[in-house]
Amino acid sequence: MSKMTAENKKIVQNLSFVVLGMFCFGFALVPLYDVFCEYTGLNGKTGVQYVSEEQMQVDTSRKIKVEFLANTNDGMPWEFKALTYSVTVHPGELTKVDFLARNTTNRDIVGRATPSVSPGIAANYFQKTECFCFTEQVLKAGEEKIMPVAFIVDPAIDEDVHEITLSYTFFIQSGSEEAKVLAENRAASINDTIAPSSKNLSTPLTQH
Amino acid sequence: MSAVIEEHHDDHDHKPTGIGRWLFSTNHKDIGTMYLWFSFTMLFIGGTLALVIRAELFQPGLQFIDPEMFNQMTTLHGLIMVFGVIMPAFVGLANWMVPLMIGAPDMALPRMNNWSFWLLPGAFGLLIASLIMSLMGMGSAPNFGWTFYAPLSTTYGPDSTDFFIFSVHMMGISSIMGAINIIATIINMRAPGMTYMKMPIFVWTWFITAYLLIAVMPVLAGVVTMMLTDRNFGTSFFSAAGGGDPVLFQHVFWFFGHPEVYIMILPSFGIISQIVPTFSRKKIFGYSSMVYATSSIAFLSFIVWAHHMFTTGMPVATELFFMYATMLIAVPTGVKVFNWVSTMWQGSLTFETPMLFAIAFIFLFTIGGFTGLMLAIVPADFQYHDTYFVVAHFHYVLVTGALYGIFAAVYFWIPKWTGNMYDESLGKWHFWVSTISVNVLFFPMHFVGLAGMPRRIPDYNMQFAEFNQIASIGAFVFGFAQLILLYNVIKTIRGKSTEKATDQVWEGAEGLEWTLPSPAPFHSFTTPPTVK
Repeated sequence: MSKMTAENKKIVQNLSFVVLGMFCFGFALVPLYDVFCEYTGLNGKTGVQYVSEEQMQVDTSRKIKVEFLANTNDGMPWEFKALTYSVTVHPGELTKVDFLARNTTNRDIVGRATPSVSPGIAANYFQKTECFCFTEQVLKAGEEKIMPVAFIVDPAIDEDVHEITLSYTFFIQSGSEEAKVLAENRAASINDTIAPSSKNLSTPLTQH
Repeated sequence: MSAVIEEHHDDHDHKPTGIGRWLFSTNHKDIGTMYLWFSFTMLFIGGTLALVIRAELFQPGLQFIDPEMFNQMTTLHGLIMVFGVIMPAFVGLANWMVPLMIGAPDMALPRMNNWSFWLLPGAFGLLIASLIMSLMGMGSAPNFGWTFYAPLSTTYGPDSTDFFIFSVHMMGISSIMGAINIIATIINMRAPGMTYMKMPIFVWTWFITAYLLIAVMPVLAGVVTMMLTDRNFGTSFFSAAGGGDPVLFQHVFWFFGHPEVYIMILPSFGIISQIVPTFSRKKIFGYSSMVYATSSIAFLSFIVWAHHMFTTGMPVATELFFMYATMLIAVPTGVKVFNWVSTMWQGSLTFETPMLFAIAFIFLFTIGGFTGLMLAIVPADFQYHDTYFVVAHFHYVLVTGALYGIFAAVYFWIPKWTGNMYDESLGKWHFWVSTISVNVLFFPMHFVGLAGMPRRIPDYNMQFAEFNQIASIGAFVFGFAQLILLYNVIKTIRGKSTEKATDQVWEGAEGLEWTLPSPAPFHSFTTPPTVK
């Protein structure tokens, strides 16, 4: 019986390591997922700030139309728009465009923009040398700011790509004061909708 | 002489008495019984929620509950059925049967066994408390579907989401401990002579299931921990506002979720593989191919998760990979169905209730498998995704698959557990009423799904009204038919008007559990039997 207990102990130990390992693996999926997305350009995730190692050859034989979209996420009270809707560029050419953000509230708000490039296969070839999306942005109450983006389309991009869409979504920085206010308002509105509606269901069928 | 010996045995059946027998139990049979009763209780709670859903869907428009409550019903129905009914029932069956089938005196780690059971009432107490609080007007219960996709469950989740998170943590710990126990038992406590390739298939399928549990329950624990920190500690795993990604949630969740669906079916495969040979009076056809098929299914289950996410905007190459990998699962599953049918081929079949449920399982589970293949086809999935077709598919594999396997197991082994035969005609009534009504309930869902009715919506277009009414009628008949099972089980346990079971119980039964007296004594195989 004592031999058996030792064997059981060994199995429990080994399996506990597997459990611990798989728990960590769940968390390891987070960076792995980002690495995978960056490596393959899936999900339209663009890379971090591009630092040119050598001058890119401008390919004047090709033209690519780049369109810009500006969105704000649910609850973000800023006005946010692209000042240029689209530009036509040659691959390899450095281009700069401006976005405009305005804080329409009387509170200071910290925001963060996430970029997305479509089609996904273009994401790895869309290099940004300057972008307001690299860091969090603070707009004081009523402040307005021009936010520039400078980019190069890598000439190695697939020759079937003729149009690229760059889309930004501005979020309230999570963990900021404004995010807490938003969460409270949201919770309050959920409670408001539950309480009265459960008392009177007003549909044609129940009114008869 | 033999009577004397039996009495002698009974004297040594030192059963503890009172509530302490159950609270502090380390006996695999008592713990198995508690698991099974827990699961049975949860079946009626989860079933009641399902009937609320079907009552609401009987007509278009809102009749009984508002959409917010409807969402809570679908969420809790799913969670309770998956984690509270199917999984505990399988663990209960493993507790009862694995030691008896391999000739072991008990589970390898009896104290851990006790703990893994007693975590469950706590876990589900928390979950159900959230529903009770919701009914008392104290905020919503979890309302984001059993898959709890972020940001529905993080940014937009009700306060009770934290109850849900701790509930999942506890049931996860319970499952992991149960799985470790089963693996240790199977590795260390087999009777002399019982090599791996002589183990009953039910033991094999549970052995593999236990490894699946150990591999993926920690990932589930990880994903709910990320939710917890996203909600309360300012991290942004799934929040784009902080640099995270909500689609990441789906990847991590389904990395757990797909092996999970095999966790819920493999033990049923094992049960069917015990029952079909018994009532065919033949050895199982293709024993080793059964073992290899089960292992292949377990392996493949880890590389198919993204077939739940075809519509999230994955690139074509990824979709093709997951489509082909998913379709590959049909091969080992087909091997199993082929083996069951071949086992019955030219056997001398009889159709007692366990066999009826087993045959219905083979037929109806295969229908669920076919619709699974349809869903695996990427271009078709774009139409089927999030419609009632998906609901029909997974209810065919989970109700007429997993749950029918459990029903079959209960009828098959209850004479061994109680020493009394169940009422065969009540069993047949239960079978026929259930089997007809379950098809009336779920088959029309295929049609409304193909016609475009979305799942998890309390109201629907008039065009779906007839099929929904048919499904709701089926649901109520199916739901109340389970009371026949409850009555039959209680009647069998009381044993006043039923015949006594013999030791072998079934004419064609083979295996160590049938060499024990019926009911199986409190302590069995204290000296290990020898397997030739």
